Amino acid sequence: MSFVLLAEQVLNGLQLGVMLFLMSAGLTLIFGVMGLINLAHGSLYMIGAFAAASIAGLTGSFILALLAALTGAAIAGGIVEMVVIRRLYRRDHLDQVLATFALILIFSEGTRWVFGSFPLYLDIPTYLQGPVFLPGGIQYPLYRITLILIGLVVAFALWLMIAKTRIGIQIRAGENDREMIAALGIDISKLYTIVFALGASLAGLAGALVGAIQSVEVGMGEPVLILAFVVIVIGGIGSIKGAMVGSILVGLTDTLGGVFLPQILQLFMDISTANNVGSSIASMAIYILMGGVLIWRPTGLYGSRP
Amino acid sequence: MKTLLNLSASVLAVIGLTIGGALAETKVGMITTLSGGGAGLGIDVRDGFMLAVKQSGRSDIKVVIEDDQRKPDVAVKLADKMIQSEKVDVLTGIIWSNLAMAVVPSATAQGKFYLSPNAGPSALAGKGCHPNYFNVAWQNDNLHEAAGAYANGAGFKKTYILAPNYPAGKDALTGFKRYFKGQIAGEIYTKLGQTDYAAEIAQIRAAGADSVFFFLPGGMGIAFLKQYSGSGVGLPIVGPAFSFDQGILQAVGEAALGVVNTSQWNKDLDNPTNKAFVESFQAEYGRLPSLYASQGFDTANLLISAMAKADVKDADAFRAALKAADFNSTRGDFAFASNNHPIQSIYAREVIKEGDVYTNKTLSVALANHSNAYTADCKM
Repeated sequence: MSFVLLAEQVLNGLQLGVMLFLMSAGLTLIFGVMGLINLAHGSLYMIGAFAAASIAGLTGSFILALLAALTGAAIAGGIVEMVVIRRLYRRDHLDQVLATFALILIFSEGTRWVFGSFPLYLDIPTYLQGPVFLPGGIQYPLYRITLILIGLVVAFALWLMIAKTRIGIQIRAGENDREMIAALGIDISKLYTIVFALGASLAGLAGALVGAIQSVEVGMGEPVLILAFVVIVIGGIGSIKGAMVGSILVGLTDTLGGVFLPQILQLFMDISTANNVGSSIASMAIYILMGGVLIWRPTGLYGSRP
Repeated sequence: MKTLLNLSASVLAVIGLTIGGALAETKVGMITTLSGGGAGLGIDVRDGFMLAVKQSGRSDIKVVIEDDQRKPDVAVKLADKMIQSEKVDVLTGIIWSNLAMAVVPSATAQGKFYLSPNAGPSALAGKGCHPNYFNVAWQNDNLHEAAGAYANGAGFKKTYILAPNYPAGKDALTGFKRYFKGQIAGEIYTKLGQTDYAAEIAQIRAAGADSVFFFLPGGMGIAFLKQYSGSGVGLPIVGPAFSFDQGILQAVGEAALGVVNTSQWNKDLDNPTNKAFVESFQAEYGRLPSLYASQGFDTANLLISAMAKADVKDADAFRAALKAADFNSTRGDFAFASNNHPIQSIYAREVIKEGDVYTNKTLSVALANHSNAYTADCKM
């Protein structure tokens, strides 16, 4: 195992982690502030990717495509909140799960009607293509470095917003005591719409950024959604800091587990069995991590203590 | 929107056939994937099949089409419904091997014919073969075996191989290794549905391989190719046609240019049936056909050729008529091996750009008149 390979895999884990953060930040905010389980968050990720692919196809500009992903997902999120989600806050979690699951089906088939069944084309812009050489002889794709940087910048901006701005204070207050901030004269339904649209736009941004190196197709959001739920359970539901730490943990565990488990097992079994067993255990690794964290801290790493 | 129009066109075609078919008709149940991520494949099979039915001008074929949503339990329910309440004579349409494994054995055990337009799992070619089960596409290992044969000819000495961790993925790597004579630099099974291959690409870079073989159908292949071309690894790649078919090439774009892949069909194969098929498919649906469309088209033509010789109610005669494979295939020569899987040539093709459209050009024959490795295991 060389240093270069290890460094490259750690970067891969980080990159997966920051993209998961964009997804899970919105999910955890929405759950923390409104107490809503939103299964349709993966659909917003897909909407971001489709909006970006359409605009990139029309204009050829990647920056415009990212803006389209942000606004497209935010608008879709805002509309969904006002039309459907708003009616669910007082219902129990089972109703919320059912209704947002219905939204997944509606968004998936709706997207297929509009865009057809074949995957769309979205590529990274020429100025971000190709590898860069990092110190220590590491060769790494420039675009993935950019993803890590964008993720970190967004995380910092989100922290600034929540810690320093008026809307951030309202969000934190909303997490602690919904009735009280309504009593203080804050328009709670407007706040909810804003939080939902903000979460949606982060998911849309993640969809567009990841769509450029993966495939833009119907149903692309659901696998990511599952990982994002694992992240917020590990990090503690409602905590942005928990989402950040959880994302990086899940990203690193998933990537490094998939690479190193088969190699470790090769030390004491033959290669093809080691590959088989190793990749099976690796796909369980993040769930084992989640189980371990929950035994140690039942509300997650940064979840509020009962 | 276009899909919607196509859909209504085929629905109309089905209704038209229903009204026309008052006499002894052959009832076909098509279970295929028409929604969700894998819908492109099912739609191509369906469109190819319905095109052949339409061109035959026969009014005595009734096709019932249902969507399996790529879920084995849904496919099983649909098959039960088609056999018991619709009373179909022939089943077809399934794309995925795991769905075929769930449906085919019980359908053939109930005396129905099953014509596979795509999936060809090794279990149904060997010990689990059945006289009423005909595969019109390929046995799962075939295209991978051809990729192994091509890799020898291309001078690959040390190849890194990867496939998803599920039965067809294991068939793929087994098939490649069966024909490849060089050394395997490394072997990875990825998660089914995985979309990020950064970790695998880093391992390929570190392994000192001189080439890469991969089987990653659908969206997985799009993601892998885009990430691979961005990584700067730059080793030659070879793979089966599933990651380079007409439906997904446009989404992969430039990353696929020049990649060699193996297929039993291509749109430039020089035979009159294929020329007419490509032309009429484009005229009917406004897009280029994929290999899945050609498989759907051939499946329908096989069925129609058997109907011309025998009545489907006379199972023995109909089985013999199917086995004769007396139809003009878009692939040129086509015959059934003893286990009812195709004997056909498999070609190496290269991804090229024609105007604005990415498509494939046939390079050479990778395996001529190729059968499959399971004929000896099949006793029937």
